[in-house]
Amino acid sequence: MATLPPTQRFASEGSGRGKQFLARTVLYATAVIFSLFAFIPFAWMIMTMFKTNNDLYNPRNNPFLYNDPPTLSNLDLLWNDTSFRTFIFNTFLIALVVMAVTVIIVVPAAYSLVRLAGRWGSNLGILIFLVYLVPPTLLFIPLTGVVADLGLQNSKWSMALVYPTFTIPFCTWLMMGFMRSVPWEIEEQAMIDGYSRIGAIWRTVIPVSIPGILTVVIFSFTLTLHEFVYSLAFVQSSGEKTVSVGVFTELIRGDVFFWQSLMAAAALVAIPVALLYNYFLDRFIAGFTLGAVKG
Amino acid sequence: MAIVETRKITKEFDGGAVKVVKDIDIKTVDGEFLVLLGPSGCGKTTLLRMIGGLEHPTSGQILIADQVVNHLPPRARQIAMVFQSYALYPHMNVKGNIAFPLKAANIDKEEQKRRVDWAAGILGIDHLLDRKPRQLSGGQRQRVALARALVREPNVFLLDEPLSNLDAQRRASARDELQRFQHEIGTTTIYVTHDQVEAMGMGHRIAVIEGGTVRQIGTPRDIYEDPADTFVATFLGSPPMNLIPRGDELIGFRPENFHLAPDGGVDSSTSLSFKLTSIREEYLGSEKLVYGELEGERTVARMAANADVPAAEGGEVTLFVDNADLRVFDRESGLRKESAPATIATGSGS
Repeated sequence: MATLPPTQRFASEGSGRGKQFLARTVLYATAVIFSLFAFIPFAWMIMTMFKTNNDLYNPRNNPFLYNDPPTLSNLDLLWNDTSFRTFIFNTFLIALVVMAVTVIIVVPAAYSLVRLAGRWGSNLGILIFLVYLVPPTLLFIPLTGVVADLGLQNSKWSMALVYPTFTIPFCTWLMMGFMRSVPWEIEEQAMIDGYSRIGAIWRTVIPVSIPGILTVVIFSFTLTLHEFVYSLAFVQSSGEKTVSVGVFTELIRGDVFFWQSLMAAAALVAIPVALLYNYFLDRFIAGFTLGAVKG
Repeated sequence: MAIVETRKITKEFDGGAVKVVKDIDIKTVDGEFLVLLGPSGCGKTTLLRMIGGLEHPTSGQILIADQVVNHLPPRARQIAMVFQSYALYPHMNVKGNIAFPLKAANIDKEEQKRRVDWAAGILGIDHLLDRKPRQLSGGQRQRVALARALVREPNVFLLDEPLSNLDAQRRASARDELQRFQHEIGTTTIYVTHDQVEAMGMGHRIAVIEGGTVRQIGTPRDIYEDPADTFVATFLGSPPMNLIPRGDELIGFRPENFHLAPDGGVDSSTSLSFKLTSIREEYLGSEKLVYGELEGERTVARMAANADVPAAEGGEVTLFVDNADLRVFDRESGLRKESAPATIATGSGS
């Protein structure tokens, strides 16, 4: 660089800047496209939920605008004329139980696979993860028998029982990535400093793994929220249904789709979750990449 | 304070396929600074971890203060350990880290605070108490780890290469601090390192470990001047001891034992002469290292910087070594042999 004459140097700097500009443009354009891709469904949901039937179904209307004044009647229908509140309650209750069960099982499982099982641990972790890949559309058939034997047909507790079968494998694998990043020494140090192994785990490994545990909580919550097949197979009465199945069965009556209320139901559940995700985004990504480095 | 003793201690991994520590007998003196020195993978850290209770010996006994502690978990052994990585608790600040062992012992809050302040004062980290480990430099972390080890008032300190994460300059001053600290506290300390300079400079005694066995245990001077075998002779000293084969023996002497003229004139009864063919010279300021060939063996001589030795390749010079500086080893086993200087002289053939 130093040997180039001044004019040439400027020229090369200019082309460097041009390249940089191009790279940035491509980067931002890609980011905008992906943002729109994520944003449009949300925007569409929120727009639609306030539209009147006349506005929504008239093909001559501009679909991106409110041609009639917005209305709250769709929300009113959802809130007061369906069991939406029960669905929400059921969903959150099941999610809470599933989250608790998942964390209680996954943390010790991941710990023992990483720390105590030696070489076998990692392989076993991958095997456990593979279980997650068996589709629920196959598994619900044998599980129906299990649920019936336990007398849990048509009860929300059937889902609280079955959902951990897919949250635990995935979350164990996820948690193993986190546990691997916790240095062994701090646990041994705690054992030398005066605690038993359990005491040392509780005071060092668990606090350091909090981001991982949070990732597991959020992930099991999300998995529970969007689960559909088991919910549809195991529960028939409205009082026991979750949002995903309840809304679908109550707001699609024969060939009549209550689009606005369906959208409202989706938005009401999705937006708080999206905000929650956003809040924990960094930790969540850390959780995934940690898991991804070594499977 | 206490005496640490190991009796025929052995550690095997993979069901006996790998023997990391073989029948090691070591006994410290009360208040001693004992260094376990050896190349990486020699078993020194495993030995330390067994003393700390983090590994179970396959066989043998470990005694701390005359009590067999094999069955005791680490927390019951009244020891403190400093790991190579310092193992600070990342989720606690410095105060929390230092107070951690006190909390474990259910010591009341006021006493905790008193002891934390005392330890932090000794190590000069009182101003860091509210920081998190990640906000500290390597040297500061090391002091926090030492303070945490100190507050327990343990019987024994176990230190696993605590200086290896520091840069060279910081390491020299930390070595000095650590030694003074141990001297003041007077607690029996076992210190693991692969660095001979650390070992020579800090240890009251050094146990040289290789291949899972103790090759020699003694004061730094003993180990340097009277190595028990060729491993110790070549592991300590930089450059290492020269070893020249003579029949079924190896004649060993330190590079600094070469003289241009023998003490008290040329007298084959008090010194031995060697013809060194110079290959290369390394100038180090106050001295120089002359690398050459002697009876077909690579040999190094440490000479004064102004010594009259041919620097050019192929230059020949006759050098002398006092008989008193010669050490004889068995060529087969590498073990030290006690030989009279006369035997050495007649065996020289030159």
